[in-house]
Amino acid sequence: MKNSNRTNLGLIDYTTEINFQFDGIAYKGFQGDTLASALMANGVKLIGRSFKYHRPRGILTSGSHEPNALVELVYDNTTEPNTKATTIELFEGLIARSQNCWPSLKYDFMSINDKFSNLLSAGFYYKTFMWPSSFWEKLYEPLIRKAAGLGKLSTVDNTRSSEKGFLHCDLLVIGSGPSGLISAYIAGLSGAKVILVEEDYIFGGNLNNEIISISKLSSHNWINFIITELKKLPNVRLMLRSCAIGMFDHGVFGIIEKFNKSLETKISQVFWKVTSKKAMLCTGALERIIPFSNNDRPGIMLSGSIRSYLNRWGVIPSNKVAIFTNNDDAYITAKNLISYGVNVVAVIDTRENPNITDPNIKVYKGSQVINSKGKLALKGINVLSNDGKVFYLECNTLGVSGGWNPNVQLSCHTGVKPEWQNDILAFIPGKNNISTHLKAVGAANGNFTLDSCMIASETAVLAILKELKIKVKNYKMPDIESETYNIQPFWYVEHGNQRKWIDFQNDVTVKDIELAYKENFRSVEHLKRYTTLGMGTDQGKTSNVTGLAILANLSNKTIPEVGTTIFRPPYVPVSLDAFVGSSKAKYFKPIRLTPTHEWAEKNHASFVETGLWLRAEWYTKENEKDWRQSVDREVNSVRNSVGFCDVSTLGKIDIQGKDSQEFINKIYCNGFSKLAIGKVRYGLMLREDGLVMDDGTTARMSDNHFIMTTTTVNAESVYRHLEFCHQCLWPEMDVQLISTTDAWSQIAIAGPNSRKVISKIIDPQFDVSNENFPFMACKEISICGGFRARLFRISFSGELAYEISIPSQYASSLVSYLMEVGKEENIAPYGTEALGVMRIEKGHAAGPELNGTVTALNLNMGKMVSLTKDSIGMILSKRIGLNLEDGPRLVGLKPIKPENQIISGSYIFNLKDKLNAENDLGYVTSSCYSPTLNSYIALGFLKDGNNRYGDKIKVSNPLLNKEVFAKVCNPIFVDPNGDRLRG
Amino acid sequence: MIIEHPILGPRDIHEFIYVGDASLINRPNWNDDDAGSKFYEYLYLRKNIAGIHKELWFHQQGDRSWLVVSRNTKTHEIVKVDLVTKVSKELET
Amino acid sequence: MYYNWLKLLKESLRNNSGWKKTWRNPEVKKKYDIIIIGGGGHGLATAFYLAKEFKIKNIAVLEKNWIGGGNVGRNTTIIRSNYLLTENEAFYEHSLKLWEGLEKQINYNAMVSQRGVLNVFHSDSQRDTFIRRGNSMILNGADAEILDKDQIKSIYPFLDFENARFPIKGGLLQKRGGTVRHDAVAWGYAHAADELGVDIIQNCEVINFKFKSGNCVGVDTNKGHIKANTIGCAVAGSSGLLMSKANMTLPIESHVLQAFVSESLKPVIPGVITFGAGHFYISQSDKGGLVFGGDIDGYNSYAQRGGMTTLEDVCEGGLALMPMIGKARLLRMWGGIMDMSMDGSPIIDKTHIGGLYLNAGWCYGGFKATPASGWCFAHLLAKGYSHKLSDKFRLDRFKNGFLIDEKGQGAQPNLH
Repeated sequence: MKNSNRTNLGLIDYTTEINFQFDGIAYKGFQGDTLASALMANGVKLIGRSFKYHRPRGILTSGSHEPNALVELVYDNTTEPNTKATTIELFEGLIARSQNCWPSLKYDFMSINDKFSNLLSAGFYYKTFMWPSSFWEKLYEPLIRKAAGLGKLSTVDNTRSSEKGFLHCDLLVIGSGPSGLISAYIAGLSGAKVILVEEDYIFGGNLNNEIISISKLSSHNWINFIITELKKLPNVRLMLRSCAIGMFDHGVFGIIEKFNKSLETKISQVFWKVTSKKAMLCTGALERIIPFSNNDRPGIMLSGSIRSYLNRWGVIPSNKVAIFTNNDDAYITAKNLISYGVNVVAVIDTRENPNITDPNIKVYKGSQVINSKGKLALKGINVLSNDGKVFYLECNTLGVSGGWNPNVQLSCHTGVKPEWQNDILAFIPGKNNISTHLKAVGAANGNFTLDSCMIASETAVLAILKELKIKVKNYKMPDIESETYNIQPFWYVEHGNQRKWIDFQNDVTVKDIELAYKENFRSVEHLKRYTTLGMGTDQGKTSNVTGLAILANLSNKTIPEVGTTIFRPPYVPVSLDAFVGSSKAKYFKPIRLTPTHEWAEKNHASFVETGLWLRAEWYTKENEKDWRQSVDREVNSVRNSVGFCDVSTLGKIDIQGKDSQEFINKIYCNGFSKLAIGKVRYGLMLREDGLVMDDGTTARMSDNHFIMTTTTVNAESVYRHLEFCHQCLWPEMDVQLISTTDAWSQIAIAGPNSRKVISKIIDPQFDVSNENFPFMACKEISICGGFRARLFRISFSGELAYEISIPSQYASSLVSYLMEVGKEENIAPYGTEALGVMRIEKGHAAGPELNGTVTALNLNMGKMVSLTKDSIGMILSKRIGLNLEDGPRLVGLKPIKPENQIISGSYIFNLKDKLNAENDLGYVTSSCYSPTLNSYIALGFLKDGNNRYGDKIKVSNPLLNKEVFAKVCNPIFVDPNGDRLRG
Repeated sequence: MIIEHPILGPRDIHEFIYVGDASLINRPNWNDDDAGSKFYEYLYLRKNIAGIHKELWFHQQGDRSWLVVSRNTKTHEIVKVDLVTKVSKELET
Repeated sequence: MYYNWLKLLKESLRNNSGWKKTWRNPEVKKKYDIIIIGGGGHGLATAFYLAKEFKIKNIAVLEKNWIGGGNVGRNTTIIRSNYLLTENEAFYEHSLKLWEGLEKQINYNAMVSQRGVLNVFHSDSQRDTFIRRGNSMILNGADAEILDKDQIKSIYPFLDFENARFPIKGGLLQKRGGTVRHDAVAWGYAHAADELGVDIIQNCEVINFKFKSGNCVGVDTNKGHIKANTIGCAVAGSSGLLMSKANMTLPIESHVLQAFVSESLKPVIPGVITFGAGHFYISQSDKGGLVFGGDIDGYNSYAQRGGMTTLEDVCEGGLALMPMIGKARLLRMWGGIMDMSMDGSPIIDKTHIGGLYLNAGWCYGGFKATPASGWCFAHLLAKGYSHKLSDKFRLDRFKNGFLIDEKGQGAQPNLH
């Protein structure tokens, strides 16, 4: 049992032994093995159970198109389900477990499904499970869900991480088989910037599986020679274990580079985003099966894969091997096996007259394999010979070759359908008549012989170098014998009525396709979706073409007439963390900090997210246990004395130029054409559709210099809007714009003592008395002995207030200094909660009111929209739907009992009305407790609101089961005449 | 997708923000008698071409220029990129 | 042919030889009472309800390719009625009620699974808008609950409560929301409509409309000329192309939306979850694959595929919400053509041409609307005026300012 099936040759390092486990049993393998080759060498045949019927399955292939040998890998304290044993590089201590079986692989209880295959045929679940209807969710569905699914997702976080990177090149060569190697070689020698990616852990592609002579070297030595030459070139990047998983528009590719699990790296994989000028698809071809009754037993493999295990991994599959084929390629497998002394009992060739020259091989011409025997491993096959006789052949391995499918996948990713090529009975990449970015060569383009592959690659790469305007340097093409490839159509065995398997992973049989056709699922898309053919983790690589050949047969159409489904990325399944890299957990999105953040932290601020920003929501004093204590205190300190708040997050846009005023006048719906120098004005900005986009203020600092503020949330979009208006609508205007949100900090200082405090820091030459610096004034000033600053007398809180703007790097110092100079007045910092309370008390619209569905009229600002000038949104703001007589209006709401909280998101009803959508009169947008009024208050939109002041209504919240009776009032709760502002 | 910025060369799409049909450049005259109708058509009706589509992209993470990109909406192939400030107000449709 | 477990059992003993076509392949007639252009979910549902509820006899569904090959064949299967605005919420709640009784009506297992749709929120202001939404749902007859962080943790412990950039504060749950097997919806409606005599004509492309005196009187197709005095168009992302044949320009842009599915896994996500701090939503199909998606790419497209940037954004959102899916493997990604309307809400209305009706503008939310869309469109086609549930989805609402704008983004389709 221990490695008895080795040839002791191949690309294996027999000096390095590796210990691994499968299903609890310890085995030994060698460096260079995959898990599959090591298991095969140890005589392990049964590897897994199929999805639906839990059929015993073994290794079918030697690559990433493996549908059967899926295992769960255990390492790094985590498990990885659905991993293909054929692609796992063996490493010391590897632990693998079979999946989808219970209690064990050998005795799987669910294999009972196999007995009910007629019942469980394609689409059966659509025709039942409908009664009783409650049973679907309670019984049927949970059972189906439990039975479905191959592997289990581990909830433990991986210790190794993923990273991302960018690469650029002239030529991306995908695949390092003969065509990839020769193309990279010629292009690299000529100085092109080349990236060669290879999915496998060694270079060479399918050439590693052959014993041929190239330029008098063995194939392995020729590969080494080319790679050595390529490694010398600084303009060539060689990438192993790197799979091109997707081709996107304009030459952009996604590549996943994996790192060997045995390496001591913290990174498990890198997602490379590659931008290439040109690319070559050198992905070779994959062999396909021939379905016959019971063609899925462990021991039945693709003939080419037998060769791979033999020549590359040095493993003899068994001592009695038969071959079933419809083409020439399988004979190479037979020859190779014989050269290692393996008994090739027969080649069963479907062709009547194959061109066979080797007398050592026993061939049954015009014959078919019609059945197989052996429960957990192949014991023998039934053959139907061309004279109609049926006989039994003993064998433990059957190599099947139904032909080869060029690996066209990537070429389809940008929407080009593959084309049928009749001489090889396969699809090749479609002639991309849209862009000439990707060129397929070699077996990927149907050049199945080595010589034709090399010549085609040379031609293609020379044409590419010409397009790239790169001068070709001398190179020597290798000497290769010419070969031929012949295939005749034979898609599946009709004889025999036991199930013939096409899609091994999803257990789709020929019968399923016949049934689908019968039920009128006759397009390839319907076929795929109804039967689930090709929808497993191998993405139909071994089954798609065979499936549609059968469909073509049933529909009496040719294969090209039937067409094919389109391939989509990724080429192989990729773990999602590859696409995230390090943008996870706390690094999901950047954090934006205000200029006073550190100071706020030191002063016990609690922070809240506003978009990407962190803003202080309140500052907690020592004895305060509840946030309301802090907020109420802050509000009171502003209304009674003075407080300050960092409002730097609000957008600031610097506007300069001769036509600035005219520009701004077209941007805001209210008038700005008469705004004098040194004055600030409230601006209401509409979208072109007439709804409110944003509001803010614009200050005129000098003749042609304005500063516009926006809300925090809309800073970017307003800026973009302004640039749109300038560059796209009015490019003739002399206006320049720039966002200064981050460059300038902005500190609001508010309260009856605010003038007193700022007078202590503003340099003496500036007069900030009420007469000389009235409400809505602005000025360039300096503070603290010459520090450049700007002063605005604007107020969000409704108190006497100012905003000082100072370059961001000084903000921290400024607020510390304010604390010092304002000690007398008990100055205190306030956060966004207190800010919010005060603006609600003053009935100012903010984020919750400016929700994008609101007009100036709704905000009681209808008259602000000037009808005598052009401004964005003015015309469409006049639409009847936006000007209903009794439309929604911003109102204040005061609960009858002041201690009753009105909750935002509640709906407003007349007292006697039932709670349903028809009776809904409006909703609550903002709410808070007002320490100024000793009551809860709220703002909201109410139908016909401006005519309903004094009405009693009910504010209902069925979601939270709360209801409050309230009175409608003027939204300006505090100081409605604005006396405090102008003092 | 890669957009060939006329000044900065090829840039990846994630640097840009898309707004839509370049006909948005042709804002109607507010003084027209049927301005209401014209603004409605300007803002709401779209040719939504399946083929070469002229559209506006904003280089948010770059030089903040607006570009008019002619791109085939069936194949995503980009055939032309201009700075909007160079494009004439009269667009051929 | 009636489907049930008894028939299934019988046929399994007869080697499945007795199954019939799920829908016929009839020869197209020269004249019908009503033609529906578009053999997707909405078109087929319309045909079914026309035949079943409104007892119309002579109906054809014309499908350019194969039925169910558009968005109904490639969506993320979610059904819910958790909209904010009454015009939408009442409609989608009606749809949800129709989903609940669907399988019985069409005799096909569409695997309607009401396992709950949870929208998590991450800030107070988000919570407030979700509360408003929950109230609107209840006022319109749907079900809604607010869950706090701990309640969410008990049903979905694998969400990131510790290391999140935007910690979860709570969520809005609709228990009656869930998923439906999308393919089965198309095939089921086709089967049921076919049983009631509807002609489903595949591979039949409309080349032109035929007009007479300001009315639409038929269509020219690759299968010949077909007369009808009532023609309903339900072609989603291709609406612009189809209606341009009637010289109509629509308030619709066609955009690509991508969706993703992972390899099949044992059950790990019981319900539908949407992320509140980024565009990401996920559920697990009955076959075990995690089906998820995010925002549209953002640019006009008919290519049915998108870019890598969206894939990265979606995965980032996914891992931010539930770190464990980092190890799930992406099996396939694809795209469809979304008919994005100018306010994010649909259009079910007559056009200015007599006899010609339009059902479009579903953005990326058309699947859950399938039954109600079919039902309301059938009402409109049969009676000539809209049912109350869809009478606000008018084509002229953009001109007159009666917008139905859930997100408050205005006239920019890619923001809806």
